[in-house]
Amino acid sequence: MKEKKHHDPSILSSELIRRPIRRWFPVFLLPTLICFCIGFLWPFAQGIYLSFCNFSTPRDATWVGVSNYVKAFKDAGFIHAFKNTALFAIVSIVLINVLAFTIAYALTQRMRGANIFRTIFFMPNLIGGVVLGYIWSMIFDAILKHYSTYLTANATYGFWGLVILVAWQQIGYMMIIYIAGLQAVPEDMLEAAKIDGASKSQTLFRVVIPNVMPSITICMFLTLTNSFKLFDQNLALTGGAPSVIINHAKVNMTELLALNIYSTYNINKNWHGAAQAKAVVFFILVATLAIAQLTATRKKEVQQ
Amino acid sequence: MYYLNFKPEADQAWQDLAAKYTEETGVEVKVVTAASGTYSDTLTAEMAKSEAPTIFNLGNLSGLTDWGDYALDLTDTSIYAERANDDYVIFDEVGAPKALGYCYESFGIIVNKALLEQAGHSLDEITDFASLKAVADDIHANAETLGFDAFSAPGLDGSSSWRFSGHLANIPLYYQYKDAGMSVGSLPAEITSDYLDNFRNIWDLYITDTAADPTSLSTSTGDESEAQFGEGKAVFYQNGDWEFANLTGNFGMNPDDLTMIPIYCGVDGEADAGLCSGTENCWAINAKASEEDIQASIDFLTWVVTSEEGTTMLHDNFSGIPFKAAKETSNVFATASKEYAEAGKYTMFWAFNDTPNVDSWRATVVTALTAYSAAPSDELWEDVVSAFVDGWAIEYAAVNG
Repeated sequence: MKEKKHHDPSILSSELIRRPIRRWFPVFLLPTLICFCIGFLWPFAQGIYLSFCNFSTPRDATWVGVSNYVKAFKDAGFIHAFKNTALFAIVSIVLINVLAFTIAYALTQRMRGANIFRTIFFMPNLIGGVVLGYIWSMIFDAILKHYSTYLTANATYGFWGLVILVAWQQIGYMMIIYIAGLQAVPEDMLEAAKIDGASKSQTLFRVVIPNVMPSITICMFLTLTNSFKLFDQNLALTGGAPSVIINHAKVNMTELLALNIYSTYNINKNWHGAAQAKAVVFFILVATLAIAQLTATRKKEVQQ
Repeated sequence: MYYLNFKPEADQAWQDLAAKYTEETGVEVKVVTAASGTYSDTLTAEMAKSEAPTIFNLGNLSGLTDWGDYALDLTDTSIYAERANDDYVIFDEVGAPKALGYCYESFGIIVNKALLEQAGHSLDEITDFASLKAVADDIHANAETLGFDAFSAPGLDGSSSWRFSGHLANIPLYYQYKDAGMSVGSLPAEITSDYLDNFRNIWDLYITDTAADPTSLSTSTGDESEAQFGEGKAVFYQNGDWEFANLTGNFGMNPDDLTMIPIYCGVDGEADAGLCSGTENCWAINAKASEEDIQASIDFLTWVVTSEEGTTMLHDNFSGIPFKAAKETSNVFATASKEYAEAGKYTMFWAFNDTPNVDSWRATVVTALTAYSAAPSDELWEDVVSAFVDGWAIEYAAVNG
């Protein structure tokens, strides 16, 4: 009987163990909590406050109410960046996840050199966004030169250039997550499907995919937030160019939200507040989307 | 005392000078240099600290908008009394001097006189746009036999495009300012297209009389263009006197072979033109610093422009120095600038310092200019004009909105 007690989870509620935890937990928790407050909560609160102010440095902020938000939404460049980002997110989420899953599926089948391929596919992820941006801009320009044109000649090239770049960078990472998911699909389920005479596609859609749903959730979440937060690649690849005048308003055709916020801030101090307001809107948007998407895909997950 | 330096290339010189000053007077001078292209970000961050810079760079009117409140009125200071003239002083809207230029620069078309002679021409031939075009066309036509071309590549990559969206754009801006009797700092809400045909003249010449492929200008860099000139593959190279050290140092060019001529573009009376001179290097003193720090900063700057050590350092690192006690320069481009001025030619001031939301305005111009250069047509030139004129009005509204 005594032996059994070792496996009893209720042992954790024993006073002997609980008392020191209760007494000492701040020692373990506080450093992280303090960092979290200094590095996240405080700047976040200050950021929200500043979005209602005019300021050149955070010290000389003056309260102006919601006018920064009004200004932000009147900015044609912001609205354009908004649409751009939405379109970019949809295209890149679909493309990256479909390709990453396909590659992962292929590489988990028994084949020669699967490990080498995995490494190769993963490698682009190790290169920083700015470097990738410059390298790809050279590649695209070298290709487009044959057709007497260049990457920033129009918005379409820039948009698809960015999609290709991001896909190239992120597919490998998502692939690793999918591989882990695929390897966790229980052998006995696959065997049972086989015995029951399920075809390959039936096995894939009825057994494999429901079982890798947790991986799909996490990959969707990552690609969604990555697409929305995309900055370095955007800056380095096109920097928002081409810049054109449409209906008496200036628009950077390939600018996504994060870059738009950055360039707004740099106009001059009259725009610091508006840029801050855009950043708050941006945060709410990304948070809402991510939570909505998490809840939606979680429902489809299979509990094992 | 804390000096936030704007020019990365002069960082070491400032550090050394500051150390000498400390040795001489016992006053600590901290010099920090912002990385290239990050000055305004660095300044914003540093100003928010309790140990904020006491001397900082306030280079143009948009700097005045952002930092005017922080800039001390220099009227009664000893450093202000040392200036040679008012040409490089930034005044605020009520006429108070807020920043003081400590060096000025000139740009124009840099010429390799040796190559020019090799092509059978001389500098005296070039007096206006027509004669410049005649010489350039002739060199371009014979480029294969000569082994060099007229102009170095007019690249529109970000590392080079400022030479045209910034400096070359100054020409049409300058002439319309001149017509309207305006000076730098007028900050017009709108500009005209009056001299854009002249801009097109010179731009067409740049993209025609060059070895560069006009469809690849979007990726052609400043280094490429500089190397073409430095290695003797081009006779003309539009840039400024700050290139002197690189051309004579890195490329080993002979200073006697080099000079700079005005940018001609077919404006009436341009035979009397000089170079474009101005500055974005101006000292401002942080008015929100303590009394002692302000006084210490003024004393330091006064020492810089009057003492042997200070004037030597300025002479070695910058081209034109607008202070009474400045030393003679060895930079042939700065000398050319001075000679044009002394010969009674009109100096073109830097009207482009007034550009509203400058990076953004330039980006639009570069977009249109790149498209035009790849396949020149009147229709695409209209886009350049629109980027210039409409773009200016839009950016002006944005900046003041």
